[in-house]
Amino acid sequence: MTDTTLSPITSETPSGAPAKSKSLYAIDDLTRKRNAAEKRFKAYGIGAIAIGLFFLVVLAVSIISEGIPAFTKTVVSVDFTLTQEQFDEAEGTLFKTKAYEGIFVNALQGQLEASGVSVPFDNATIERIVGKPGGTIREFFQANPDKLGEPVQFELAASSRVDGYMNGRVTRENMTDSRFLMKADLDLVDKLTESGIIKTVFNWNFITGADSGVDNPGGAGIGASVVGSFFMMLVVLFLALPIGVAASIYLEEFAPQNKLTDLIEVNISNLAAVPSIVFGILGLAVFIQFMHLPQSAPLVGGLVLTLMTLPTIIISTRASLKAVPPSIRDAALGVGASKMQAIFHHVLPLAMPGILTGTIIGLAQALGETAPLLLIGMVGFVARGYPDGVVSGFVDPNSAMPAQIYTWAARADYAFYEKAWGGIIVLLVFLLTMNILAVILRRRFERRW
Amino acid sequence: MNQMLNTERANNMTDSKISANKVQVYYGDTHAIKDVDIEIQPRSVTAFIGPSGCGKSTFLRTLNRMNDTIDICRVEGSIKIDGEDIYDPKVDPVQLRAKVGMVFQKPNPFPKSIYDNIAYGPRIHGLARSKSDLDDIVASSLQKAGLWEEVKNRLDEPGTGMSGGQQQRLCIARAIAVSPEVILMDEPCSALDPIATAKVEELIDELRENYTIVIVTHSMQQAARVSQRTAFFHLGILVEEGPTEDIFTNPKDKRTQDYITGRFG
Repeated sequence: MTDTTLSPITSETPSGAPAKSKSLYAIDDLTRKRNAAEKRFKAYGIGAIAIGLFFLVVLAVSIISEGIPAFTKTVVSVDFTLTQEQFDEAEGTLFKTKAYEGIFVNALQGQLEASGVSVPFDNATIERIVGKPGGTIREFFQANPDKLGEPVQFELAASSRVDGYMNGRVTRENMTDSRFLMKADLDLVDKLTESGIIKTVFNWNFITGADSGVDNPGGAGIGASVVGSFFMMLVVLFLALPIGVAASIYLEEFAPQNKLTDLIEVNISNLAAVPSIVFGILGLAVFIQFMHLPQSAPLVGGLVLTLMTLPTIIISTRASLKAVPPSIRDAALGVGASKMQAIFHHVLPLAMPGILTGTIIGLAQALGETAPLLLIGMVGFVARGYPDGVVSGFVDPNSAMPAQIYTWAARADYAFYEKAWGGIIVLLVFLLTMNILAVILRRRFERRW
Repeated sequence: MNQMLNTERANNMTDSKISANKVQVYYGDTHAIKDVDIEIQPRSVTAFIGPSGCGKSTFLRTLNRMNDTIDICRVEGSIKIDGEDIYDPKVDPVQLRAKVGMVFQKPNPFPKSIYDNIAYGPRIHGLARSKSDLDDIVASSLQKAGLWEEVKNRLDEPGTGMSGGQQQRLCIARAIAVSPEVILMDEPCSALDPIATAKVEELIDELRENYTIVIVTHSMQQAARVSQRTAFFHLGILVEEGPTEDIFTNPKDKRTQDYITGRFG
């Protein structure tokens, strides 16, 4: 195309006549480019969401598949009758629990034979499968002497390897003989399972119990730390919400705009970004070393998490106060409401959904926080005598769910690893509940207006 | 001599409801209102007209101290209502605003029921002793605002669900409910269609019997229709004030003449 070829065409068109209009069916280059860019952008977005969903599914599947075994446990259930004579006799011997163990083994053998199975086994095998049952039995009959002579069903927790064998973690191929479990013991386990003596039951203890020692993963539960987390959340809710909302109302509605309030504003925004471990060390220095509040207590944990949550609540509350149209304030002031009446009667109710959402997001953040708790001593521990006394209040030593999970994940026995995953499931259930609560509350408040 | 003149003038004007004397308003360093003197007559409609940004709304808001909510705003001079200086430190703006009600440019009902919208003012001022008292106030306010027939069967529906014109009349009813003596209206019809505007104008004309009304408006026709006196503001100065008829037919100032004939603004 050159000017020479173009010129005859232009000369043909009479001067001043409109140029031939373009067809709507032909898509020109610029439009095509624009459409392509739009399509590309949509594809990026869908890709990003797909990747996100994929990882979410992977996470959910792995958490659930790893964590489910924590909710079941393997028990050896034995019907057992101890007569008064056997009790007296056992109490008379030097190794009392050993004597009870002997009686237990006899009872077990009897029960096996009754169901027509005979496998030879000795006390050592039983010890490898259920630990040392003698102590448990003795404690029970000492506490309940009236049960002597009656049949009592004992459900003794199987050892962690037997538990692993039952849920497929330990197999004959991958295990090596050790003082914890021999390959030969598995024959007995199989027979006991067949005759219904060893069975898998739902592990209520995991949900209600406290942490156990490192040698007893079967007895570890997250219940105590759930209580601990609950008390901490109470402290956070009752401190952070009123303080945060009051501070935001003052800053947003009453405070004069000057250098000082600017400085405060900048600092609040900065505080929201401070790593949580810094709050932990602050709590250690101020609440424990300076104010001498008890160590490991939910009260202190709650105070530290309150400091951490406050900026989140203040920022979201201020944003939702700002979002209330100024015409509502004018309307209230115009009919002679005082500034405080205008805020409390009209502005605050309108800002409520936003405030609630911010608060619950802050609480959820606090619920999942581990680092500051490690510094103030709220790590997992063996709570003896749970639930009485130990974890009942704000100042009794306790742990929190994420700290408990961290402690379990750090322990050697594989069974604790399962507990950690199980703990994560419990934690996620709590977070999900809180978020659903937030959505419901939001809906309710929004519907009112 | 000057002193004497002033006293004489004050005596002549004792029957005015609001009297402003040498009012200055500053926004930070900006001098928004300069030397405004005006007497507003009771039980009449006074219209403030002028081009955008001339300070008429600002001056209106000084009359019930709505400017107090703006940090950088400063008012000098004296504004007296019934001879009482409203900027006296003894005066509580809350009491003042009960006496001088306000209707805003955009209808701004509370996001509550129609009933609660009206009842809010009487409630916070303790005007009703009982539930039936309050019902009476709500009914009579809505009647005065000409809204009663339209809403009497749906008082518990949200005020925000009504049409724009109804919302604005609801806001007027809300202002009436606290029995003010003065009602300030800041371009009350600028967000309304002509039919709703006509209704509101009719209402303003009826309210004149009992209330002193000051209305800011962009529409000169509206000022001519509803007001008895008109004040023309330009660049923060009160250029001319007088009976509406005189302002529109026989303006004394060149600027007023230019404005009402549409030569600027």
